[in-house]
Amino acid sequence: MDSGIIVQFFQQIINGISLGSIYALIALGYTMVYGIMRLINFAHGDIYMLGAYVGFFVTTQLQMGFFPALICAMVVIGITGVLIEKLVYKPLRSSSKISILITAIGMSLFIEYTTMYFLTPQPRTFPPVLPNTIFHLGDIIVSFQQLVILGSTVVLMLLLWYIVQYTKMGKAMRAVSYDTDAALLMGINVDHVISFTFALGSALAGAAGVLVGIYYNTIDPLMGIMPGLKAFIAAVLGGIGIIPGAMMGGLILGVVEALVSGFISSTFRDAAAFGILIVILLIKPTGLLGKNETEKV
Amino acid sequence: MQIIKSLRKYDLALIAASVVIFAVLEVLIDMRLISSFWRLQIILIGINIILAASLNLINGITGQFSLGHAGFMAVGAYVSAIMSMWYDLPFGMALLIGGLAACLIGVLIGIPTLRLDGDYLAIATLGMGEIIRICILNIQAVGGASGLTGIPRNTTFAWVFWIMIITLFFLKNMINSTYGRSCISVRENAIAAAAMGINTTFAKVLAFAIGAFFAGLAGGLFSHYFSIAHPSSFTFLNSYNYLTMVVLGGLGSMTGSITGAALITFITAALADYPEVRMIIYALCLILLMLFRPQGLFGSQEGSLLLRRLINRRKEAGTHGKTLGNQ
Amino acid sequence: MGRLLETSDLSKSFGGIKAVQNFLIHIDEGEVIGLIGPNGAGKTTAFNLLTGVYTPTTGKILFDGKDITGRKPYQITALGIARTFQNIRLFGELSVLENVKIAFTLHASYSFPEAILRLGRYGREEQIIDDRARELLAAFKLDSLADEQAKNLPYGQQRRLEIARALATRPKLLLLDEPAAGMNPQETKELTEMIRWIRDTYHLSILLIEHDMALVMKICERIYVLDYGKILAEGNPDEIRNNSAVIKAYLGTEG
Repeated sequence: MDSGIIVQFFQQIINGISLGSIYALIALGYTMVYGIMRLINFAHGDIYMLGAYVGFFVTTQLQMGFFPALICAMVVIGITGVLIEKLVYKPLRSSSKISILITAIGMSLFIEYTTMYFLTPQPRTFPPVLPNTIFHLGDIIVSFQQLVILGSTVVLMLLLWYIVQYTKMGKAMRAVSYDTDAALLMGINVDHVISFTFALGSALAGAAGVLVGIYYNTIDPLMGIMPGLKAFIAAVLGGIGIIPGAMMGGLILGVVEALVSGFISSTFRDAAAFGILIVILLIKPTGLLGKNETEKV
Repeated sequence: MQIIKSLRKYDLALIAASVVIFAVLEVLIDMRLISSFWRLQIILIGINIILAASLNLINGITGQFSLGHAGFMAVGAYVSAIMSMWYDLPFGMALLIGGLAACLIGVLIGIPTLRLDGDYLAIATLGMGEIIRICILNIQAVGGASGLTGIPRNTTFAWVFWIMIITLFFLKNMINSTYGRSCISVRENAIAAAAMGINTTFAKVLAFAIGAFFAGLAGGLFSHYFSIAHPSSFTFLNSYNYLTMVVLGGLGSMTGSITGAALITFITAALADYPEVRMIIYALCLILLMLFRPQGLFGSQEGSLLLRRLINRRKEAGTHGKTLGNQ
Repeated sequence: MGRLLETSDLSKSFGGIKAVQNFLIHIDEGEVIGLIGPNGAGKTTAFNLLTGVYTPTTGKILFDGKDITGRKPYQITALGIARTFQNIRLFGELSVLENVKIAFTLHASYSFPEAILRLGRYGREEQIIDDRARELLAAFKLDSLADEQAKNLPYGQQRRLEIARALATRPKLLLLDEPAAGMNPQETKELTEMIRWIRDTYHLSILLIEHDMALVMKICERIYVLDYGKILAEGNPDEIRNNSAVIKAYLGTEG
């Protein structure tokens, strides 16, 4: 076999994992919110975009480094997520699915174009907050940024795992996700749980925004649309509502996209992602880790 | 009174009204009493009404939440353009083939995806629409990313107006038949519909195919008006736009779709110089509408029904009210 | 009287749980049959098997001389089995009249082009649908409510409308899933008479699931008792009333 192809294959796997871990971070927010509210938060991709902008301002205006930027973005975006939930989604909780879906689309457009209005549509260049070191593993190249992305993602996911599995709030989240009404009757404050879920999901998206800013160097107000949709695909792929599913879906999607860009053409990258979505929906709509459910008659 | 007679009478009145509206607008356009900007807006309103009404058949009447309408429009736009440019077909024929091509794609996409429902269907159709666009983007023979140019400018006001009228009649008559009622029953309760002997899969695919066909016609009118077909005209943001028209008017109401399409086109035109503000207003409209009037302007009612109720009430006050057929 | 429906060794499992096992019933033309049993015994699952909502794990269903096992719900309705639902499933946003008109779809034969052009059979058949739907509503004393939204009807009338709608499909066998649930004694009394009247007027057989024993004993010619997914007993009301196994299943061993 041609060793060039093998090298390129592994190179694309590496690239795919770094891209995929970012998708996974965004997908976690989708999946948690869907698990608890049965809402596809179309605005989630835009929340991630806001995270990138917060990171941009912290590093440029305030001249701070990578970690402060990451923390700031997570806090600010977490709060933004809660505000959006309280102001827009909460009044609609008992509305029809279609109303909520349309509202989410509206919210997404609102964030995109308000950002565009105040911050101009011009893309901005993210300052180099991390050293441009490159490591060679044989012929395969791994950048320091990729390692940071992967490391941050792993740490954040472990943190999330701990919160969901071992804290009181995490238990409440799982209870609400399983049966909202029963959880309410058991004395769980569902409003708090939903807000907390939005805060967590948004904070992760905010972190993903900063990581992407670092990885691709440029950010713009519409940068959230595609990754938002892709992350949703990742969530569906793994099984929406299932946290490990989102991680797995994100990584698979990232790797597939990288392979398609590397071996076929980058113009088909998005088509591949949507293709995966269609295939999974047709074969196993509950996702790779999901259980089958049928409507009771 | 026999139902069919009252229906025919009503249809004739509608046709007469259409002729009058057409004559007035045509005279205004011919005498150049309307500026070119507003002439363009009238054409766009007509095309958007076709798109909104056909999307309403899928989303409002059948309750299948599709976000892929721009994809069908793209198929119609490109195929009809190719028919005109490469095969020199007459315009009507090119449009028809464009519509049929979109219809075929609609069936092919519909059969697998319509097994899904709600959010999943929305995302799957959005994905399908994007896949169509990305495929077009990669076909160099039709211009790829730079678009297909040099399409003959065949679309006139008369073409748009009469295809719009045909679309509306087609959809209105369909809704008031067993075919349309099957679609409505799927929206209301698919399990009960099946228990009533209705083939729900057929009803859904039918709605999808018809919706796609008219979206294809609209696409053909679009590309033959602007003389160009470009992939960026058919993104999912465009699908959102048509969805907004339908939702603003009221899901399930054809009168609503017409009003919604006209209003949104108007607002878009009025704010043409401020694209960002336009989108912010637009997004706010969607959110506020869902918060305060989720059923849209008309609910799922038809304007004609509201009007008739009003007339009936007046009649009943005088004489003993006659029972009228259901439109 | 001919045999209308017959099952052989019908069963349905969900994962490891056997919801219905060896379900063996037969219904003759013109019979009113009761299907009773404690909650969770598998009665509604049995209905869902007969109407094609579920595909049986094993066994066959013969209806009117045809094997209908594995057919889709709409095909089974077309062959002549109609049903109502335990948790009423009306087309809530539509008018009472439209609810019934939709059920006549099965018997309209005009083509799609005829519908679009309003030509040919369209006018005649739409007239027939409208007339028949109104007749049916009148027979069920719902004609004055024809233009009301179905969801706004009181509970008892919603149940009646569901039966009227099922009859519009012109069934040979009507399955009623707990028709008296949530009705007051007066409504239940009317329902009892109505079920007989439906059988005689529309010449069909009826299979009903019901918890109201008085109603079941009064109108059913034969009764099947289901417990833990299996048929525990079969017989006429007197036999069932005195069957020790049935008494045990209903009252429990301790009681």
